[in-house]
Amino acid sequence: MSSRPLVHTAAEPVADLEHVSRVYRMGQTDVRALDDFSFTFRQGEYWAVMGSSGSGKSTLLNILGCLDRPNSGTYRVRGEDTQGLSDDDLSELRSRHLGFVFQNYNLLPQLNVLENILVPIFYQDVPPPGIEERAKELARRVGLGTRLEHRPTELSGGQQQRVAIARALINDPALILADEATGNLDSTTAQEILALLDELHAEGKTIVLVTHEPEVGKRAQHLLRLKDGRIEEVRHNRAPSGGPSSSNTAGTGGAG
Amino acid sequence: MRGTLMRTVRLGVGSLMLHKLRSMLTTLGVLFGVSSVIAMLAIGEGASKKAQDQIRALGSQNVILRSIKPREDFATGGQATRVVSYGLLNDDLARVEKTFPGVRRVVPVREIPLEVRNQDRALNPRVMSTLPIYRDVTGRVVSEGRFLSDSDEQAVANVCVLSDEVARYLYPFQSPIGEKVKIGADYYVVVGTTLSRKRLGSDPAMAGEVSAAEVFIPLETGRKWYGDLQVKIRAGSREMEEVQLHEIVIEVAAAENVPMVAAAAREMLSRNHRQRDYEIVVPLELLLQAEETKRTFNIVLGSIASISLLVGGIGIMNVMLATVTERTREIGIRRALGAKRRHIVTQFLVETVVLSVGGGVLGVILGLVIPQYVEYAYDMPTIVTPLNPLIAFGISVGIGIVFGLYPAWRAANMDPVEALRHE
Ligand SMILES: Nc1ncnc2c1ncn2[C@@H]1O[C@H](COP(=O)(O)OP(=O)(O)OP(=O)(O)O)[C@@H](O)[C@H]1O
Ligand SMILES: [Mg+2]
Repeated sequence: MSSRPLVHTAAEPVADLEHVSRVYRMGQTDVRALDDFSFTFRQGEYWAVMGSSGSGKSTLLNILGCLDRPNSGTYRVRGEDTQGLSDDDLSELRSRHLGFVFQNYNLLPQLNVLENILVPIFYQDVPPPGIEERAKELARRVGLGTRLEHRPTELSGGQQQRVAIARALINDPALILADEATGNLDSTTAQEILALLDELHAEGKTIVLVTHEPEVGKRAQHLLRLKDGRIEEVRHNRAPSGGPSSSNTAGTGGAG
Repeated sequence: MRGTLMRTVRLGVGSLMLHKLRSMLTTLGVLFGVSSVIAMLAIGEGASKKAQDQIRALGSQNVILRSIKPREDFATGGQATRVVSYGLLNDDLARVEKTFPGVRRVVPVREIPLEVRNQDRALNPRVMSTLPIYRDVTGRVVSEGRFLSDSDEQAVANVCVLSDEVARYLYPFQSPIGEKVKIGADYYVVVGTTLSRKRLGSDPAMAGEVSAAEVFIPLETGRKWYGDLQVKIRAGSREMEEVQLHEIVIEVAAAENVPMVAAAAREMLSRNHRQRDYEIVVPLELLLQAEETKRTFNIVLGSIASISLLVGGIGIMNVMLATVTERTREIGIRRALGAKRRHIVTQFLVETVVLSVGGGVLGVILGLVIPQYVEYAYDMPTIVTPLNPLIAFGISVGIGIVFGLYPAWRAANMDPVEALRHE
């Protein structure tokens, strides 16, 4: 830990975007899904990302998750520039440091609950010791300790999403990315999932959650609102540790 | 690393089990390809072994000269009695004995067209008058008693040896040894029996289909009682045939000299005979011919097998391509969770190999069962070389890899984001 001149945040940057653009070429026109986007997600923060459909939320999450590469700009994960990384390196990074939760759960139908939780570990050359125990522990934690042998088709949507969260946690990720994780769930079940995310946040996990629901946006610690691939608003619902609570409207984008 | 592969295989099997019927149908191509290869090889091997055994039984170091009746090209005049003379000559025998190099032994054979009878049981076997060494040179096996001997020869004795087939027919309830059998008009004492064997012509395709009812009498006895002239009564006309020798078996001292002796025999006979009233059977040549035939057979078989395996492989590839498309989303999920391209390649390759190996294993089993059935149902010998199932199995693994590579490559090169969005 080096001492550095800080303004209001002491936490380490986990995901750092600098002038990132992601452009889709559609025939004659360019769609700028992300447009000169600069932002820093720090250790332990819980961000909700909102914005109208097509504003670039999923694109942002894909880049944060190293599933997609920017056309220009730099993206750093825990200080490491992803620019020069190979496809294999990015896979390695996902397998070790990132956790994904999808809207439609995306469990593998041929695997049971325990196996599904272990999939990210499957792609690490040397599985960490005691990982099966950890997987069972996580299954218990999300309330599925008695369903280890069940297939996804034998579970409800909420249960499947909890398996997906356990799977996202198995590699103790630096960043959890959730794209409309509650989008397919009824409100009660959604509340359970959100409570689980709150818990994870309380434990110090860094979470970026894309959502369409304003209550969910309010519930998160911070809110990032996008419009046309740019930042429309950054709002701090609860004070980040060591910083003032504020609400600003930043058309220019960038918080770092 | 090995643990990972085992897990990948288990996973692959799991994925294939999601579509049991489809997976099973997919393996059929390889199954039938592999089983037909093994079965056909086994049947071919058995048939060729049988032919080769029969040729070897003639003695691969022998050159056999035989008399054959030339085609009659003039009409016989009604009732007329005439003498047809043809075939190998005593002079031929003398020339072989005196002038041929590298010859160990020469055995002449005369055939006498006589009926062999024991009371009311009668037979028309080949009655051969020959020397005692005939047994040795042609590898006849004595089943009971003894073969002709030198003293029989010197005594010009009325003794005979029956092949088992003749013995069984004439003496169904007793041993023929010591019995008196009537050959033509004379009685002969049976001194021994030999194992029956099939006769072989110069055409290997016809090999061994002539049954062998044989009776042997001493050469001198035959000479004494039955001259060179033989009377055959045919369709009302009486025909006299004059044949000095029916067969000359030449035993060559060293196998490598067989072609030379055969050539010398051809040369000698064509010089001294005006018509083609003889044939030359060279078992060694037949053996080479049989091997050549087998090679051709194997090439044809190989082509058919490759085509069927190719079709099987394409079937597998087709299904795997469909599977990859169908599982685009799964690929996206796996990539998002950290799978590298090579993991995806391995996964689909393993699935393809599991399919083709599954087909291969079932094919090997079926391929081992079919020859058993053929042996049982058609009484044909079959030989399964241990190597064949192994090769077939190896080929099915190869097919899995070759035809699995492209679908696996397609899967691995999908864009993760696109794949995740796939419905
Ligand atoms: N593969 C693609 N090809 C072309 N254009 C794309 C592609 N992916 C995204 N876009 C465009 O980029 C823009 C941002 O898309 P993105 O999926 O990030 O939106 P979003 O905010 O997630 O929307 P939603 O709320 O509907 O999920 C949209 O205009 C979209 O049409
Ligand atoms: Mg989206």
